[in-house]
Amino acid sequence: MELFRGFAEFKMDVLKEVGNIGAGNAATALSRLLDKPIDMAVPKVQLLPFGEIADSVGGAENIVVAVFFRVEGDVPGNLFFILSPEAAKKLLGRLAAIEIAEGDSFSEMEWSAISEIGNILAGSYLSSLADFTQLSMSPTVPAIAMDMAGAILSYGLLQFGQMGNDALLIDTTFIEGKHEVEGQFFLIPDPDSFEKIFTALGVPTDYD
Amino acid sequence: MIDEQHVVKVGMAEMGTIRSQGLIRTTGLGSCVGLTLFDPKLRLAGMVHVMLPSSDIAREGTLNVAKYADTAVPALYEQLVQSGASPGRLVAKMAGGSQMFAFAGGGDTMRIGPRNVESCKACLEELGIPLTGEDTGGSYGRTIELDCETGILFVRSVQMGIKEL
Repeated sequence: MELFRGFAEFKMDVLKEVGNIGAGNAATALSRLLDKPIDMAVPKVQLLPFGEIADSVGGAENIVVAVFFRVEGDVPGNLFFILSPEAAKKLLGRLAAIEIAEGDSFSEMEWSAISEIGNILAGSYLSSLADFTQLSMSPTVPAIAMDMAGAILSYGLLQFGQMGNDALLIDTTFIEGKHEVEGQFFLIPDPDSFEKIFTALGVPTDYD
Repeated sequence: MIDEQHVVKVGMAEMGTIRSQGLIRTTGLGSCVGLTLFDPKLRLAGMVHVMLPSSDIAREGTLNVAKYADTAVPALYEQLVQSGASPGRLVAKMAGGSQMFAFAGGGDTMRIGPRNVESCKACLEELGIPLTGEDTGGSYGRTIELDCETGILFVRSVQMGIKEL
């Protein structure tokens, strides 16, 4: 993609730090909710062809639970909180004082609880970034779906679709205990948002 | 049996063709539309995985024609005709174009699925190709597979299982 041609290593590092701060705060929020320590993997910042993006969550046909937010404000973008259906059930079992249905299906109440957990985490992800960059970023109300990863993630790529055939995403995984609950945050800033992030953080935009 | 078959995979914003034997497949269609054109006599099939309705909004340097409905459908048509397909024999099928997430308000981005479907239909009409099978809309993902011996389009989704078109 033209936009990221000659993208310096340094810029990628800045974006990693963005992911680190956002997901770090979200992990802290989750840790408080669960009253358990949460580990976080080093964020990955990748410029990937559309076809490969779903591979980072187990392939285009892998079934995932996703809470989706459109990010509004100075730095528009798309934010996904992604869990496997099993992890979502475990998370519910830990957190919500509701009866958890057996099997693969989720009740209205369970959907609502997952959306709310996603909402809390996305809120802390974005508010820490907003503090860090002094830019406004706020999530829309959460939308939730359980479906094929490819079908879900393609929704976050539409803004990139107009620009080329790759998208840049900031991917952070966090893990509770012995990999019992593992979740992923995908932040996909709109193509025009990168310059604003860099300017706000004092990275010269002509730095290549 | 199926595993031994020749399978052509078509990725997001890509197009592909297959002849005489095997399957052509694209996975994880959400708001995207998978459209197939098929010439039954030659057993020649083409598939495209369309992402956006119109190339008017393109801001990329070199246009990827497979990405936009208004350029992808004519491009696929031309490719098949060049490979010997008769325009009069071609039939179209399509699936996808769902709204994965329901938002109150939402705006145009949220309606991208239905708009992809509308745009594909308008292109088919312009080319005079009949649409003989369609499984579009809803709020779920689909994987599609066309058998180029029979022209049957298999649509698989988590909630609905396998549908034959």
